Amino acid sequence: MKARVYVMLKNGVLDPQGEAVRHALGSLGFDGVEGVRQGKVIELDLAEGTTEATVTEMCEKLLANTVIESYRVEMG
Amino acid sequence: MKAAVIVFPGSNCDRDLAVAFEQAGADVTMVWHKDTALPEGIDIVGVPGGFSFGDYLRCGAIAANSPICQSLIQHAERGGYALGVCNGFQILTETGLLPGALRRNAGLKYICRTVGLEVASANTAFTYGYNKGDVVNVPIAHHDGNYFVTEDKLAELRDEDRIAFTYTDNPNGSVADIAGVVSKNRRVLGMMPHPERAADIGHGGTDGVAMFRALMDQFAAA
Repeated sequence: MKARVYVMLKNGVLDPQGEAVRHALGSLGFDGVEGVRQGKVIELDLAEGTTEATVTEMCEKLLANTVIESYRVEMG
Repeated sequence: MKAAVIVFPGSNCDRDLAVAFEQAGADVTMVWHKDTALPEGIDIVGVPGGFSFGDYLRCGAIAANSPICQSLIQHAERGGYALGVCNGFQILTETGLLPGALRRNAGLKYICRTVGLEVASANTAFTYGYNKGDVVNVPIAHHDGNYFVTEDKLAELRDEDRIAFTYTDNPNGSVADIAGVVSKNRRVLGMMPHPERAADIGHGGTDGVAMFRALMDQFAAA
């Protein structure tokens, strides 16, 4: 089974990389890009029966830094 | 003073930090990240700069979960001292021993130059060799030195006089110009600038020496 973890900087935490991407899109002529937030996706191959609670624990302990990042878990 | 300097794969300031401790008169032991215990009788643990584990996942995140860091956390919880510089600061925030987190520099560039630091608190074992308000010149070399804390936590840091150093000209976007903070018990300091790179006349500056001397005096007196 698989799980997918999305890690993003929290709202309110400045994302300078997202801002740089937004500027670059503007330079390429894409108008109307009002905001870009850049995050990461972590795919986990898990033994059958691994619970979402366990993946959440992985996020809390390692995959995300909850001081500045939020995360979302998708199972299966 | 007995100091231990932790070496992670990718550390590159471990030797510099050890030399700075030694020049102040400390006995230094290098400790490997896979070691599960610090040597007996260690007064202070140095967590050096570099790119531990290639900065994979997040700067300091993998190192903070290495076996030796469990011992480091126990050492700090027993009231032991620790100094984290640059990647070491990132590691200390990832362990939770220090508040906040280090984000990508606001200007996105890796910055390597000497900056002015104001001593914001001389009331720590690390900084009492300076006077509050002194400006010292210390090199920075980082890509992720943009310090973040919540407003509540910032207020707490200010109330408790835990901001050790601020930048005179903020290079990286850090909240409140913060360059270094201490733990609640004032015995753990994390800072992005490198005092160990301003510790010898050959470095082009010696403003960092007072920190290592102050630590030495602290333990000599104890």
